[in-house]
Amino acid sequence: MPDRPTLTLTEASMEEIKHLVSNRAIAGETVLLNMGPQHPSTHGVLRLLLELDGEEVVRCIPDVGYLHTGIEKNMEAKTYIKAEVMSDRLDYLNNVGNNLAYCLAIEKLTGLDVPPRAQAIRVILTELQRIASHLIFLATTGLDVAATSIWMYCFRERNLILDIMEMCSGQRMMTTYIRPGGLWRDVPAEFEGEVRSFIKVFPSRVDEYEALLTKNPIFLDRTKDIGVLTQEDALSWGVTGPMLRASGIPHDLRKSQPYSGYELYDFEIPTRSEGDTFARYIVRIEEMREALRIVEQALDKLPYGPVRSDNRKYVPPPRSELGTSMEALIHHFKLWTEGFNPPKGSVYVAVESPRGELGVYLESDGGPKPYRIHWRTPSFTNLQILPLIARGHLVGDLVLLIGTVDIVLGDVDR
Amino acid sequence: MSENLSVISEAIRERFAAQEYAFLGEVSLIVKPEQIVEVCKALRDEFNFEVLTEETAVDYWPEQSPRFHVVYRMRSLQHNLILGLRVPLEGNAPSIPTIEGIYKNANWFERELWDMFGIHVEGHSDLRRIVLPYDWEGHPLRKDYPLGYEEVQFSFNFDEIDIRKPYAKE
Repeated sequence: MPDRPTLTLTEASMEEIKHLVSNRAIAGETVLLNMGPQHPSTHGVLRLLLELDGEEVVRCIPDVGYLHTGIEKNMEAKTYIKAEVMSDRLDYLNNVGNNLAYCLAIEKLTGLDVPPRAQAIRVILTELQRIASHLIFLATTGLDVAATSIWMYCFRERNLILDIMEMCSGQRMMTTYIRPGGLWRDVPAEFEGEVRSFIKVFPSRVDEYEALLTKNPIFLDRTKDIGVLTQEDALSWGVTGPMLRASGIPHDLRKSQPYSGYELYDFEIPTRSEGDTFARYIVRIEEMREALRIVEQALDKLPYGPVRSDNRKYVPPPRSELGTSMEALIHHFKLWTEGFNPPKGSVYVAVESPRGELGVYLESDGGPKPYRIHWRTPSFTNLQILPLIARGHLVGDLVLLIGTVDIVLGDVDR
Repeated sequence: MSENLSVISEAIRERFAAQEYAFLGEVSLIVKPEQIVEVCKALRDEFNFEVLTEETAVDYWPEQSPRFHVVYRMRSLQHNLILGLRVPLEGNAPSIPTIEGIYKNANWFERELWDMFGIHVEGHSDLRRIVLPYDWEGHPLRKDYPLGYEEVQFSFNFDEIDIRKPYAKE
């Protein structure tokens, strides 16, 4: 076997990171270790530079950007309706939520109305998506603590949700089902039955997950008092979502600034006060149950009626009208070639994604393309506290902490 | 606009000679770059805006003055309010003081400002590019930065493609 060259830090690369590591690393007392971006437990392409004292993490420096696709820049070059397709690709576990945030921003800017049926279906699908996203969290976090079987159970249920998505939109993941002014089209006739059967089966499945993990002594050992995030830190670092709620702050945009008719449904905001990994796990489990309650209520109350606004300046007319109405044909042509022109101005709209506050800052110059769109993504802000909560823990726990922040790298890098 | 927000807006406007920009119920205050740290401190300590929600910028090129607007948004969980700040910046290579000392999560937002817009953040603890490689040239979210349509150069065909590139050469 040929001798491998020893890898050492060059002076130039040391210069770049000198202010980030401790003096002990420069003196050579601690070890600098590169983790990722191709690493199975970084949940995507996250790179971490670790400063280790034995197996203990002294510093942890996240390096993001390996999945940067320039979505914000690309959206500026597309019409509003074409740009929506890109919003699916940001947080690829919460596509419906991304579409919703984007459409709500356009609807606010243009003053579009959304029919009640579309509102209710939006709520049902975003809550189902929230469950699917938390299932991925549960599956991958289970893997991180070597509980491999939970992975299969979680993906089994996630598949049921993806089937519902496919039934509605024709796509399992990149749905683009929610459109400005309503939905792409009405849900199929089988939709209600499918969702009802999911509602029927899912609570017992959550009990199954809990039976596997919640009282499992190995899981408790690995999660209790690991990565504690205090309330003060959570606020000053701008953390949102289940991480904030696990630190004892009951902030949820669905309650504090309801959108899409969330004020019509009765649900709780699960909170815990410990702020450790176990608390974050419990909060997400409870959120799945609450999400299911919302889905059930929305389905019970699901009104009949149109699923798209009839404001033809922004929403294309139905296909059936094109053959008989000259005006519909003109609108159709205008909307699919030039697009629509919202008034000049800027809006900020935020929704509660499974990971936290997903905000869209949309600025229009009165033209058919967004002048500037900024995605305030929850993973980007939440990932910043990883160095803080990982300090002093073992490398094995660090892997778990990456999972518990529940990052999606598409969401971080955009 | 809620009553509470208009009181806060009025107080800030009076103290810092700021202007108000209201659109569809959202309130933004236009403040000068040298005041931003003071304004943020006042918002956090006196008006309970505990969380920095976002910090980004908008490029109004070809307009030169002010070319950039840096946009801040603070949220008060206690009062359930949200308030924006806009800071107009002059020129092509502007700079703005950091608010990292007040809201810690401004760190990455400001790195992104530097990376994407080339807005220099004074006093920042770690002003490196965040999503682009360290040797990247230019700042992509500027409006005078072209969107693609260029052949991708690799090390083995760099020179070959470089000859065909449309930019002026010596």
